[in-house]
Formats: sequence, C-alpha cells, structure tokens
Amino acid sequence: MSEPMLSVRNLVKKYGRVTALDHCDFDLYPGEILGVIGDNGAGKSTLIKALSGAVQPDSGEIHLNGKKVQFSSPIAAQDAGIATVYQTLALSPSLSIADNMFLGRELRKSGFIGKVLRQLDKKKMQRIAREKLTELGLMTIQNINQTVETLSGGQRQGISVARAAAFDSKVIIMDEPTAALGVKESRRVLELILQLKAKGIPVVLISHNMPHIFEVADRVHIHRLGRRLCTINPKEHSMSDAVAYMTGAKEPDGIMAT
Amino acid sequence: MSQLNFSVVTNSSNDTATKESVASFTTKERGLLQSLQHTLHRTPSLVPLIVLVISLLVFGLLLGGKFFSSFVLTLILQQVAIVGIVGAAQSLVILTAGIDLSVGAIMVLSSVIMGQMTFYYGLPAEAAIAIGLSCGALMGYINGLLIAFMRLPPFIVTLGMWQIVLASNFLYSANETIRSQDIEKNAPLLQFFGEKIHIGGAVFTYGVIAFIVIVFVLAYVLNNTAWGRHVYAVGDDPQAAELAGVKTKKIIVSVYVLAGFICAFAGWALIGRIGSISPTSGQFANIESITAVVIGGISLFGGRGSILGMFFGALIVGVFSLGLRLMGTDPQWTYLLIGVLIISAVAIDQWIRRISS
Repeated sequence: MSEPMLSVRNLVKKYGRVTALDHCDFDLYPGEILGVIGDNGAGKSTLIKALSGAVQPDSGEIHLNGKKVQFSSPIAAQDAGIATVYQTLALSPSLSIADNMFLGRELRKSGFIGKVLRQLDKKKMQRIAREKLTELGLMTIQNINQTVETLSGGQRQGISVARAAAFDSKVIIMDEPTAALGVKESRRVLELILQLKAKGIPVVLISHNMPHIFEVADRVHIHRLGRRLCTINPKEHSMSDAVAYMTGAKEPDGIMAT
Repeated sequence: MSQLNFSVVTNSSNDTATKESVASFTTKERGLLQSLQHTLHRTPSLVPLIVLVISLLVFGLLLGGKFFSSFVLTLILQQVAIVGIVGAAQSLVILTAGIDLSVGAIMVLSSVIMGQMTFYYGLPAEAAIAIGLSCGALMGYINGLLIAFMRLPPFIVTLGMWQIVLASNFLYSANETIRSQDIEKNAPLLQFFGEKIHIGGAVFTYGVIAFIVIVFVLAYVLNNTAWGRHVYAVGDDPQAAELAGVKTKKIIVSVYVLAGFICAFAGWALIGRIGSISPTSGQFANIESITAVVIGGISLFGGRGSILGMFFGALIVGVFSLGLRLMGTDPQWTYLLIGVLIISAVAIDQWIRRISS
C-alpha cells in the first residue's frame, strides 16, 4: 500500500485525570473510506476533534501528506484541507443554503464595491453552491436561497457534505452522519460517501451503525481505551468480531497492527 | 477553488425513487395560512410594515386631516429618531441573541462627556464629539469583552454596565445640566442634529436623516457583507458558526463596540433634540429601544429579523403615541396598546419560527 496521506503518531490528550487519547496512532490512505468504530468513551470523538482542529493534543504528531501539521482551530484544519461534517452539521438554520455553504469564506465582488464596500458576490456564491449540489446529485433542492430550517434532515446532511467537499478538501471526516436519519435518508448519505470516494476524496466515517460501516468502508479502525486496537478488513471479519474486539470480549490476534 | 469535473452518478430507477422522497421540495399543497407563514418567514419586516400601514390608516380615518398632514407625519419621525438610532444599536445586539440594557446610559454619558469636554476643558466641539463617540465605543468594548471572553450572560453584563455608567454619569456631571443657550453660543456643532429642514409642511431634522441613513447603512451591511452574515450566524447557532469558521468572539465584540458607538452617536443627536445636555435625559431609551426591536419582529432568540423591521417598529410606537395624544386619550392607553403589541409580536415570531417543524 502507498504512503498514508493522513497519519497520527503517539497522540495524547488528557482531560484532568481522564486520558482520552493514550498514545494513539491513526492512518488514512488515499482514496479509501476508513470506518472508525469504538465503544462510547473510547476516545473516538477526541481523536476526530484533534484531526479537525477542535481539540489540541497534549503531545504526538499529525502528518498530512508527509508534512507535520498543527491545527489551532477548525478553520486552520479546513485551510489545510481537512473538512469535517459534524454530527450537529454546523449549519445556521435561519440562513440560506448558499449562505451556509460559504459561511466563514464568503466571496466578495471585485473592485471598489468588493474592496471598499465589502459587498458579497451573492450571484457567484449561489452559482457555485448550485454546482456543488448538482455534482453530488442533490439539485432536486430547487431554491438555493431557501433557509436550511425548511429542509429535511437528509437534505441538511447533503448541504453539510457538499460544503465539506466544495473547498479543495483533501480529507473529509464524517461524524455519525446517519445517526439522526431515517432508512431512506441514510441510504442517500451512504451513496454520497461513495460518490466522494469516486471523486478521489478519502473519507473518515465514524459511526455506531455497524451495517453502514461494513457496507461502505475499505478498512475499519477499531478504537479501544484511547488508542487504536487494530485495523481490520471488513471483508475478512464479521460484524460480531468487530464488536467483540471493540468491547474487549475477544483479542485480535494475528491482525495487522497498522 | 477547483472546479472538479465529476459526472453525476447515473440514476437507477431505485435511486430516483429514493431521491424523490429525500431531496424533493414540495411547493404545492400549501394552505393559505401556511403560505402566509412562509412569506412572513422570508420577509420578517413584513409584519411590522403591515401593522404600521394599518395603524396609519386607522388614525387617519379617526383623525382625518389633523393626522394626515406632512407636519404631523414628520413630527412622528422626529419623535422616534433618538429611540430609533438606539434601536439600531439594540437590533445588532439582539440579532446575536444578546441584549443591551446599557444603551440608554451609554447614550446619556456620551452626551455628557461631549458637553464636559467642551465647557469644562475648553476643547473644540469636534474634538469633544470625537471623545464622546470613542467613550461610547469603549463602553461597548467592555461589554463585548465580558460577554465574549468571560462568557458572562449579556443580560447581567449590561444590567451591571447600565448601573455603572448611569452612576458615573451623575457623579461626573455633578447632576448639572448645560443650558441650551450656552451650547448655542459656544458650540453649535453639538446641536447640529436638531437643525431643521423645511420641505413644504414637512419638517426634517438632521437627526431624522441620520436615523434613516443609519438604518439603511446597517441594512446593507447586515445583508451584503460577510460581517453581517456572521452576525446572523452567531445569533442563530454560535457553535455551528464557530465550527463553520466564523470567529464568533470577534463578531460579538465588534457588535457591542459598534452598538456603543451608535449609542454615543444617539447621545450627540439627543443634544440636538432637547437642546441642552442633561444627565437625567433618555431614562427610558433602553426599554423603548427593546420595544421597537421586538415590535419590529426581531427575535429575542437571535439570528432572525431585519433592521428595517425595527425601523417600522419604532414608527409604530411613534404613530400610536402621537395618534392617541391627538385623540386626547389618557396616555396610559398608549402604554397599554404597546404592551399588547409587544406580546403579539413575540407570539407571531414564535408562530413563524415553527415553520421548520
């Protein structure tokens, strides 16, 4: 296998006396979908937050495309190309779809109107937003100016994914994307994840839903007690194996440690 | 930004069926009430505008020419200009889901500072005004720092600031009023916003013009700049805004600074309105500005509403006050009706917000 594009070594994060990450390792290879599973409190979300810049680790290193990186904020991580779709989606319900997609990176008009009057280029942002949604097959959402609160849960997820995919992202992290969705909407989101992969963007998928993970993931990272226990190939292991490793009922022997 | 070439995945029949149920948006099958709800949701300043037009018509019918004269209608503008300017500051704060109880106190202290600088330190009026405006911005800055970085609730911070600023105002001014004639003689610039322009029977003061300009400039800024969009996003859902890349703390501080500055500006306009500089003036500006904002349909929960709504809200209050006075009713009826309007406005806001469910 080629070099990992995102790799983490010996990451440690402590909250008071609680060790959330205990010398944790993590690898993501180009073009793959990596499932991340682990029991509640195993430290998955802390790991994800460290990758997305929401949490600063106490020690350890994160490498992106071979270069050492350090993120002081989610914006810094986004600028470096790591986009995260949060479980809460991080959308502003009363703003429009286009406003949401460009929140925090609005485009201004050129010349005097843009530089001095700071006027936003709404037309351009709406056009790009529409293009990005079309790319992901979400353009049945007709009015790019309707507010996000008028959309269904699946549509909102779609907007959030489109936003993550829109801005030159190298990696997309998705935290429990199907947790709040119905069966049909979940299917649509899984299709979206496969479309991202088809575009060549690797996806880190955190989920409690084993069937979803086993359906789309190329590899599964099992997190236990603040560190990576092992990585398994979902085609060679059953879901019950994975649950057994995750909960400590069974030891993974003879499995690749990377 | 890369324009990725990506062919849309071809839809199997199954796929299309899924999409229809997931991503389609029903525009039909909406009742009259629902489409009204949607319209109001899209244009939040519509409710106060309708109320304003209706109240103008009702008072016009009841009072006839006594009310529908350009003099009376522009008098309403003059009477609401100060509250309206303060209301513009209050709108910004309330859009971030905050509240500013110190607006009136900041306004009065700033006007007192302008007076003291001119009459006790002998500074030219221009310098005095600049110092007064900066003091207003500074007080807003303190509010903003305490709210954004100390994470104290806006209600408490500005409640405290209200008392502190008001007490400083009385201590500093020794409760003395600077007389109108003295200002007129020595520093007429302080009274600039009281100067009148007559167009036929209509009387506009520079204060009225400033009020209208401030509202329209802020409406532009809120709708057409990134900062404006961020103000809405912060009020709507601060966590989401932060994760999306908005620097929420900076936005909150800048909003309170701008609010303080606008209040100080209102203090300058206040000198023009009442002529003198009085530390006891503008006592009710905070409550009146919140009233204008609420009647104007800006949600106290933040992120919703428009500053044009506040403009109409302030005018509604002005129309009611003057209309009822011209009818010769007890002024308490004004307060009673404004109370009814406030509660109705919030009830309508709640109804409109239910759109998402």
